[in-house]
Amino acid sequence: MIEFGLDTFMPVTDDGHGQPVRGDQAVRDTIEEAVLAEAVGLDSFNIGEHYRPEFMDSANHVVLAAIAGRTERIRLGTAVTVLSTQDPVRVYTDFATLDAVSNGRAQLIVGRGSATDSFPLFGFDLADYEELFEEKLDLLVRLLRDQPVSWSGEFRPPLTDQFVSPPVPSGHIPTWVGVGGSPNSVIRAARYGLPLMLAVIGGRPERFAAHVELYKRALEQLRQPELPIGLHSLGFVAPTDDEAIEVQWPYYKEQFESAARERGWRPPTYEQFLSEVDHGSMYVGSPETVANRIASVVRTLSLSRFHLHYAIGRVPHEQRMAMIELYGHEVLPRVRELLASEPRENEAPTIAVRS
Amino acid sequence: MCLGIVGAGKLGTTIARAAIEAGYDVAMSGSGAADEIALTVDVLAPGARALTTEEVVDHADIVVLAVPTHRFRELPPDLFAGKILIDAMNYWEPVDGIDDELSSPDAGTSAVVQAYFPSARVVKSLNQLGYHELDELRRPKGSADRIAVGAAGADRLAVRRVMRLIDRLGFDPVDAGPLENGVVLEPDGSPFAVTYTAEELSDLVAARATPAGKRIATSAPPRGALAARV
Repeated sequence: MIEFGLDTFMPVTDDGHGQPVRGDQAVRDTIEEAVLAEAVGLDSFNIGEHYRPEFMDSANHVVLAAIAGRTERIRLGTAVTVLSTQDPVRVYTDFATLDAVSNGRAQLIVGRGSATDSFPLFGFDLADYEELFEEKLDLLVRLLRDQPVSWSGEFRPPLTDQFVSPPVPSGHIPTWVGVGGSPNSVIRAARYGLPLMLAVIGGRPERFAAHVELYKRALEQLRQPELPIGLHSLGFVAPTDDEAIEVQWPYYKEQFESAARERGWRPPTYEQFLSEVDHGSMYVGSPETVANRIASVVRTLSLSRFHLHYAIGRVPHEQRMAMIELYGHEVLPRVRELLASEPRENEAPTIAVRS
Repeated sequence: MCLGIVGAGKLGTTIARAAIEAGYDVAMSGSGAADEIALTVDVLAPGARALTTEEVVDHADIVVLAVPTHRFRELPPDLFAGKILIDAMNYWEPVDGIDDELSSPDAGTSAVVQAYFPSARVVKSLNQLGYHELDELRRPKGSADRIAVGAAGADRLAVRRVMRLIDRLGFDPVDAGPLENGVVLEPDGSPFAVTYTAEELSDLVAARATPAGKRIATSAPPRGALAARV
């Protein structure tokens, strides 16, 4: 049974008249979106972690706790926790507490993060990018699996027979490793016996079949049990393909132009956007189009989880709500139907055709 | 023909796959022992050999440097003596941290790499496209939608050999001139992560590189100043 999640970075959205909403409003709007996500049948709601003017997700555990108070069933997690610049003890306390508040619904995806703003902000050196993540993952896994913990490392003071409250049963908080395509990160997830969440933002998703194979082979070689694999990708759903493209493109363009300025990429063209929509791991279109493409990628990559980073950029709150409703009511039942009706082996990848 | 690749990450494994398909004998290494990358190579670049970095250099006469930019100085400066070294790295401050030498705008980052490995024949190339574009946009010679990849270097023979490699990998090679011209292939230069035809890329290099090249001639730090750091 595949699980469906929605992911957000809590953007400062367009107020519908071209102006940004206030940051505090964006925070409260996200809570409404999560409440709706539960109502329409999503399995999880997950929030990123950034320290930038356009995203309000710097303290995701606080927002998740507020959502916990207004929901009963939906799992609440991160996408991703930038573990490299966090104290694993604090991550543990925040999410063990969230787990208690939500009656056992906390989950985590930890990663190195692709935005690196947190390094200078919290006084970490980017030169230690790899070492920081490795060390902090080691400590977090111990805190989640085997307390009391005795531990020492390079980047934080040692712990001796340390219990950290509140207690949670060993392995109770599902903790995944978010990976952007680095083979080393795939093998690291296998080494820690943690499930793998692939983030695929550009290019054809089939390319990642080799990473899935690498993960499975690494688990085998390291004598770990079989573990689930998930995918995080971008998307937007509207009643028709044309409408979805029309709403999404200007905000996609705006967000990727700003990323391009920062990283020295060329801004995306409309043709590149359409090519991503048709062939890439981007799920923009009508419920039928998006359902077909999700069912296809679920088979190709043997996924147990699909996280849609819904509505790219500053898409207004009202349209985000409409999208969540369509996604829950029309896309998910259709994906489940497609997956139930066609055997995985015989499925050829589906390519969306725009009307 | 043997191609060496130092770095078994996203870029290294992508180039390896392309080179194997093009008929090269590919040897690659990570930062440590060969068996640490054996599984990665087996799955992501089947047909390539996983070796140590020293073995890769011994084995190949063209070596691609595909490690994170902030780590290349962990390699010994005389490692690539006499070898053609393709600098496929890009310096991004948000990822690599602030590096005074590499952020110097005029000289180009490959000049820093050349100064660090003085006896290598450095050619800047294969840095220009994202790794998924390197994977997906390779085309046979003569295809209408074949895109261009530039190569810049002081050693003209080395540049020509890299251009033959680019061609065999599935791209139209463009001679971007001396190593200093590599600036136009870097992240703030225009060709970066854009799919140009050979003609478009040649025009861009010609239009942009000449003034930059002249500027370098007068404003680059004396070579000794860079070498002294080593």
